[in-house]
Amino acid sequence: MITLGHMLTLSAVLFALSVAGIFINRKNVLLLLMCIELLLLSANFNFVAFARFLGQVDGQVFVFFILTVAAAESAIGLAILVVLFRERRSIHVEDLDTLRG
Amino acid sequence: MLVSILFYSFATILVASGVGVITTRNPVYAALSLVLCFFTSAVLWMLIEAEFLAIVLVLVYVGAVMVLFLFVVMMLDINVEEIRRGFTRYAWLGWIVTATVIAEIVGVIVQRRLGVDVTRGAAPLPANYSNATELGTALFTRYAYAIEIAAVLLLVAIIAAIALTLRPRLGLKVQDVSAQVAVRAADRLTMVKMKPGGGAP
Repeated sequence: MITLGHMLTLSAVLFALSVAGIFINRKNVLLLLMCIELLLLSANFNFVAFARFLGQVDGQVFVFFILTVAAAESAIGLAILVVLFRERRSIHVEDLDTLRG
Repeated sequence: MLVSILFYSFATILVASGVGVITTRNPVYAALSLVLCFFTSAVLWMLIEAEFLAIVLVLVYVGAVMVLFLFVVMMLDINVEEIRRGFTRYAWLGWIVTATVIAEIVGVIVQRRLGVDVTRGAAPLPANYSNATELGTALFTRYAYAIEIAAVLLLVAIIAAIALTLRPRLGLKVQDVSAQVAVRAADRLTMVKMKPGGGAP
C-alpha cells in the first residue's frame, strides 16, 4: 500500500536531485531550465499526494496552475535562449556578463 | 502488494532518469531522460488516482514543453565539450546539498511533525468517483477567477515568445500598406488644361 510518506520521500529525492543538477550544470542555461522543470515536478508530486491523502481536490487544482506557469516559463525562457544564442553564438552562463559594471 | 511493486519499480525508474537528466553530457539525452521522468510521474499519479492530472502531464509536458525543448536543443548548435569544462569543480557541493536536503525532508517525514499521519493509506474512493468531474467542478466554481488569470498568463507567454523570436528579414519586398492607403489622387494624377486643336506641347 502506498502511503503519504512514500510519495513525500520520492518527491524529496526528486527535489534534491534537481537542486544537485542546478549545481552541477551551472554552465549550461538549457540544462538549468530542465532542472527547474524537474524541481516543479517534485513540487507537483507533493501537491498531488496531499490532495489525495487528505481527500481534498484543491491540491490538484494548484498543480493545474503550476503546470500553466511552468509552460509559460519554459516558452519564454526558451525564446530568450534562442535570442541569446543568435546574439552571442553561445549559451554559456559565464559569457552573460554584459551588465557587469 | 501489486500496487507496492508498481510504485517501487516506477519510483526507481523515475529516480534513475532524474539522475540521467542531471548527469548526461548531451542535452538531447537529458531532454529524453526528462521525458521518461514525466511518463513515470504520470504513472505514479495514476497509482494514487489523480488520473486527469496524469493525462494532462503527458499531454502538456511530453507533448508540448519537451518537444519545444528538443526543438531548441537541436536548433542551437551547442559545443557540448566546451560547456562541460569544469564539470566537477562544484559537484561535491551539489552532492552535499543533495544529501542534506534529502536527510532533512526524510527527517521531517519520519518525525511526524506534519500534523498528518504519513503512514496512513488513502481512503478508498467510491465506485462512481470521477476525478475529472471533481477537478472541473472546483476549477469552474471556486477557482474561476484564477483560471481566467491563468489563461491571460498563457496569452502573455505566447505574445512574449513570438515577439522575442520574431526578426524582420532583410531584403524582402513587401507592401507598405499605410503608405498605399494614405495616398491621394493628387499625388498620382495631374490634370492638365489643353487648348482644343493646339497639338502636342
